[in-house]
Amino acid sequence: MSQRAASPQTFRLQGVSCAGCVKKIESALNEVAGVEEARVNLGDKTLLVHGPVNAQACIRAVESAGYGAEVAQASARELREQQREEEHRHYRHLLWRAGIALGLGVPLMVWGLITGEMGVHSSVQQFAWGTVGLVTLGVLMFCGGHFFSGAWRALLHHSATMDTLVALGTGTAWLFSMLVVLLPQLLPESARHVYFEASAMIIGLINLGQALEVRARGKTSAAVEKLLELQDTSARVIRSGKEVDIPIAQVQVGDRLRVRPGEKIPVDGRVVDGESLVDESMLTGEPVPVSKAAGDALSAGTLNKNGSLVLSAEKVGAETRLSQIIEMVKNAQSSRVPIARLADTISAIFVPTVMVIAVAAALIWYNFGPDPKVAHMLVVLTSVLIIACPCALGLATPMSVMVGVGKGAENGVLVRNGKALQQATDLDTLVVDKTGTLTEGAPKLTDIESEGDEDELLQRLANLESHSEHPLAEAIVTAAKAKNLPLGEVNNFEAITAHGVRGDVDGKTILLGNRKLIQREGIETGPWPEKAEALAAQGRTAMYAAVDGAMAGVIAVADPVRHDAQAAVKRLQELGLRIEMLTGDNKATAEAVARQLGIEHVHADLLPEDKETIVADLQKGGARVGMAGDGINDAPALARADVGFAMGAGTDVAIESADVTLMRSSLHGVADAVELSRATLRNIKQNLFGAFIYNTLGIPIAAGVLYPITGMLLSPVIAGAAMAFSSVTVVSNANRLRLFRPSQDSAKSNGGDA
Amino acid sequence: MESVLINFLGLAAIACTLWWFWLAPKQQKSQAAEASETLEILVKDGVYEPEWVRVAAGKETLLHFRREDTSPCAEWVLFPDLEVSAQLAVDKVTQVKIPAADAGEYPFHCQMQMYRGTLVAE
Ligand SMILES: [Cu+2]
Repeated sequence: MSQRAASPQTFRLQGVSCAGCVKKIESALNEVAGVEEARVNLGDKTLLVHGPVNAQACIRAVESAGYGAEVAQASARELREQQREEEHRHYRHLLWRAGIALGLGVPLMVWGLITGEMGVHSSVQQFAWGTVGLVTLGVLMFCGGHFFSGAWRALLHHSATMDTLVALGTGTAWLFSMLVVLLPQLLPESARHVYFEASAMIIGLINLGQALEVRARGKTSAAVEKLLELQDTSARVIRSGKEVDIPIAQVQVGDRLRVRPGEKIPVDGRVVDGESLVDESMLTGEPVPVSKAAGDALSAGTLNKNGSLVLSAEKVGAETRLSQIIEMVKNAQSSRVPIARLADTISAIFVPTVMVIAVAAALIWYNFGPDPKVAHMLVVLTSVLIIACPCALGLATPMSVMVGVGKGAENGVLVRNGKALQQATDLDTLVVDKTGTLTEGAPKLTDIESEGDEDELLQRLANLESHSEHPLAEAIVTAAKAKNLPLGEVNNFEAITAHGVRGDVDGKTILLGNRKLIQREGIETGPWPEKAEALAAQGRTAMYAAVDGAMAGVIAVADPVRHDAQAAVKRLQELGLRIEMLTGDNKATAEAVARQLGIEHVHADLLPEDKETIVADLQKGGARVGMAGDGINDAPALARADVGFAMGAGTDVAIESADVTLMRSSLHGVADAVELSRATLRNIKQNLFGAFIYNTLGIPIAAGVLYPITGMLLSPVIAGAAMAFSSVTVVSNANRLRLFRPSQDSAKSNGGDA
Repeated sequence: MESVLINFLGLAAIACTLWWFWLAPKQQKSQAAEASETLEILVKDGVYEPEWVRVAAGKETLLHFRREDTSPCAEWVLFPDLEVSAQLAVDKVTQVKIPAADAGEYPFHCQMQMYRGTLVAE
């Protein structure tokens, strides 16, 4: 294989671990003819070679230096494009074969229908049909040769495929007809009939059916293609102050990349300079663009809207989240669904069974059927063989899963495999981790009531709390920052365990904490406890503030309920799911949230390990339990549940371990996932039903059970057409799933009550 | 005479089919080919060749599939027990990563289960 390329070539290296290796390899390559520059990247273990060089020579050079190398695989997108091209070529090829075979078969059939002369009763007819037979043989070889060669090879391996059936069916028809032509005297007068048109038509129709199938299949993978299109082909890298466009495959970890407005983020990275809004809806389904500034993470494939960003590449190539999503979707698309097991078992033994049935039916016709026995025997044999091909059965589940999983990805629902998809359809209980799923996950300042100026108090408290590590403190500081209140000096800061904090701000002593703190300091509480209790009843955490030994006010902090949680809970309940809330928070807070959302079952004050126990207990009670959580501390419960929904796609670990990963934190995603899996399973059942019906009815009809009623046998040509179009029907029905929409467009419902 | 012949041929065909597809194929494990860098599993004409592939148990392995069959059935190869699947490009080698597996036999096949092979982990 000699491969010369002017553009730089990339190799993957093996065994490279240190700077010494890099030197050795680079110097080994500089000996290779044509190498202009060779650069090893230790980080991602790649070698980049510039210049017109032979790839094999480079690999040999690396090997002689004691390491391993291989040509880096083309990007997934390139592979996909090649695949498409190949598919298109295959499609045209099939159409040609179909056209030629039908071009012979149709006129022959018309001749037979008009003149009724398909028999061999004279030497002229013998000669004429002999010629037609040879032409037919040519067509069979040219348009259907692959069936015969495939059948033969499979036969040698003790296996039987659809090629076997097609080859046997058409071959039998042709051989019999040739026998009629060559030795008509062997057969009774009534059986001297040729079936060349059937052979040609069947080959033509099956090729046509496959062509249509190839085309429809192309559509089923549309979702992955869309994801692949999100990957950019080039990136603008900043090297020694200059900006250069380079192919995406050459971007390395640590490179600084410029992304201008309207461009896609090329790799995963972190903003180092600039500010912009980034549309992440293609990955998360979240419609609102997210604002990004220095330090924020960016995902490959998302769209930079309005500002110019400089980012530092952190993950490239197959490591990016987008690539992992694509990989996961592809894997899920081709995984099995438990419901397919029956179809699997059947298709595995199907073809030989059909061959036996065909011969048995033919013998019955020969022994017990009406005249012309030989002709009937042949028609039955051919028709059964042809109609019975189980390809529709084999396609029934994979096609639906392919479309369903892809559709999920479009909606920010990543399903790990077909099993998860099926189990998600019949969940009856959903346990939900409160924090981060039902609520925002970050406490916010909700109330501030004071004796004097609210802002003044807030400023002082924020000042004080800027020294505290407590999560509630952050809420206060954030609220002050939002009001542009300046933060100043704090002296004598002291954290009083289990009570609160104390410090001097602007020459005043500030106290912030619970009631115990106020009582300990002997401060008169006045009417404040009532207010604090009212706030606590609403699920908020109230704190007392005192300035210079006198009560100054009460402030409350709460983890606010997500704006779309209520609608999502309602939607899930309408889908027939009982919702149970899990939380480590105290009972009052938990119940306040549950009341607000219409959730009846609450488990509060939980330790992380309790969550798993609750899931297990529910399962023992016969419930089919789904668990929604944010994937890290909920991991054991997520794993225990029948279906674990990891929310928010936070970590790559979550993507790998959860049954379903939701790319955004909204509970609507769970509802989308349940609806989608139900729609997919319904589609699979339609397909399986269709395919089963087709085979279970098709075979007896082809075997002639309707003969007593209709007085006719199923023509092999009709059998061929039915077989060819059965899989087209299945694939088309699966494609209908592409029209699936979640019942509620959460993009719209977001606007209302935010 | 003629009817005896035809009936005999028919029954013989049934017997041969049953024997050839179900009873005969049981003795091929010994011919399993060792998976390696250079072993290409050819996907062509309805079969995987070799159809028995041996890999080391408990170790991740790369299999190299070369698909020369354009028929849609051959497009995917699935290892259902290992939850592995791959889309095979036509006329190219596609690498399929097999995760570490316990010793045992793992069937692999196409979507329609017509192409069939077995992975033997030892
Ligand atoms: Cu078929």
